[in-house]
Amino acid sequence: MGVTVLDPTAELVVSRRERNARLETLEGMTIGLLDISKPRGNVFLDRIQELLERDGVRVLRFVKPTFAKPAPVDLRHEIATQCHAVIEALAD
Amino acid sequence: MTLPDGLVAFVKRDCPTCALVEPVLGELADAGILNAVYTQDDPTFPRGIAALHDDTGLEASWRNGIETVPTILRVEEGREADRIVGWSREQWTAFTSVADLGAGLPEHRPGCGSLSADPDRAAGLEAQYGDGFASRRVEFASAEDPMEAMHDRGWSDGLPLVEPTTERVARMLRGTARDRQDVVAIVPPNLVECTVEKVAVNAVMAGCKPEYLPVVLAAVATACTDAFNMHGLLCTTMSVGPVVLVNGPIRNAIGMNSGVNVLGQGNRANSTIGRALQLVVRNVGGGEPGGIDRSTLGNPGKVGFCFAEDEEGSPWPSFSQSRGFGPRASTVTLFPGESPRIVVDQVSRTPEALAASLGSALIGTNHPRLVMATDAMLVISPEHASRFAAAGWSKERTVSRILEATCQPAEGLWGIAGEGDGAAGDAGPGGVAKFRPDGLHVVHAGGRAGLFSAVIGGWVAGDKGSHTVTKEVSPWA
Repeated sequence: MGVTVLDPTAELVVSRRERNARLETLEGMTIGLLDISKPRGNVFLDRIQELLERDGVRVLRFVKPTFAKPAPVDLRHEIATQCHAVIEALAD
Repeated sequence: MTLPDGLVAFVKRDCPTCALVEPVLGELADAGILNAVYTQDDPTFPRGIAALHDDTGLEASWRNGIETVPTILRVEEGREADRIVGWSREQWTAFTSVADLGAGLPEHRPGCGSLSADPDRAAGLEAQYGDGFASRRVEFASAEDPMEAMHDRGWSDGLPLVEPTTERVARMLRGTARDRQDVVAIVPPNLVECTVEKVAVNAVMAGCKPEYLPVVLAAVATACTDAFNMHGLLCTTMSVGPVVLVNGPIRNAIGMNSGVNVLGQGNRANSTIGRALQLVVRNVGGGEPGGIDRSTLGNPGKVGFCFAEDEEGSPWPSFSQSRGFGPRASTVTLFPGESPRIVVDQVSRTPEALAASLGSALIGTNHPRLVMATDAMLVISPEHASRFAAAGWSKERTVSRILEATCQPAEGLWGIAGEGDGAAGDAGPGGVAKFRPDGLHVVHAGGRAGLFSAVIGGWVAGDKGSHTVTKEVSPWA
């Protein structure tokens, strides 16, 4: 018989969820732009917003309090219920 | 396992007192008063007892908390109602209501230690008969090398691990009085509830001794506070990790090093406590390099970085006292730090000159032009500290003068958001300081000889990143 040890991990069982289907069109859609508060992320998102609005897309802007922590649950909920898709800016 | 009602004795042949009372036990059994005898070492002892139970596996002794032999329990409806230990004619007479017991025996003899309480066996019995562990048992195949099997499962930081057998984990858990299923922290990045048991398993793997466990538990709890923000520290591209500073009596109680080579190798507690914390983050939290850990370069301290302050040799109150804890409090402080960088100054002779010198060295952390973005820890060696102490400088005065010496003209400086982000607007008359007023943490440690100190740079300080957090260690709780 081999050595028996105790599992040091959280013993999580990974559950798989299907991704939402990709949007087939942007027409009539609401797109969320999430600024994670990295410096100058807003500059990038301003330009994306400009381009999206030129195509007639409705844009909503969101900001994480800090890039160093996960987005608060309320913010995630707000985005999920108000938007068809979200673009997150990660860059400095 | 249920004991029969009536009187039940626990004995071992190796105990002279048990041997002494052997005829008395026979007498009580013959009278129908003694309903069972459990023998720990010799299944034929005591002679002439019909209801003799072989307890060489010590299960009955362990389950009934026997610490001394002989012990006699009075069992009513399957539960212990009372017990006596050792031999005392007076007690035995009262307990059994039989007069003139053990004629010719001395009035009193103390018992011996129960085998189930033997320190060499207690952890094994705990593992064998205890309430059990919540953790899944993983059995390696007989042909598997456990060391390789643990690496293959991704449990290691790259160094060898100690196998967390049930016996070793049970022994580790004796380092705390806390229930093994108590939740110590919610560990990022997977935000998993981490129990005392899971911390103990990882502490065993890291090479900790049971007496380190209270420090490891405190370190895990402190690292996983919202203020310290282990999540951000883990996932950042910067080269930082959790630095654990230990203060108070527990440093010496567990043999930590605060002297020669304090930030280096060679002391088991220093080397394994920080590693245990990092293994918890890896194994329980799921934070692996290349996964959520995105550090561009990392640093050698991310294997584990833990040290103690030299309080006895310090001219100043301890670090934890400066943060409001009493002198008898044992604490852990979590600082989000890089590798240490040494400051060599064998030239400055006055406290003014040395403060200016240390300040100029601190400007270089992260980048000389980056200010008001991170905190820093300054580990002052005894010889450097003696320059300030000899001139009667308090710690506050010393820190304040070092901070002043970090001031630079505002022009061309960067804040965390880059050039021209407003950091320059905080300029005082002497320029812009490198750190926030409470952002320089001074600790006294190191060997007696050497005019060197060490700078440990930080990462994003404050609410946007990490605060430095100190918590008390509850020694056995």
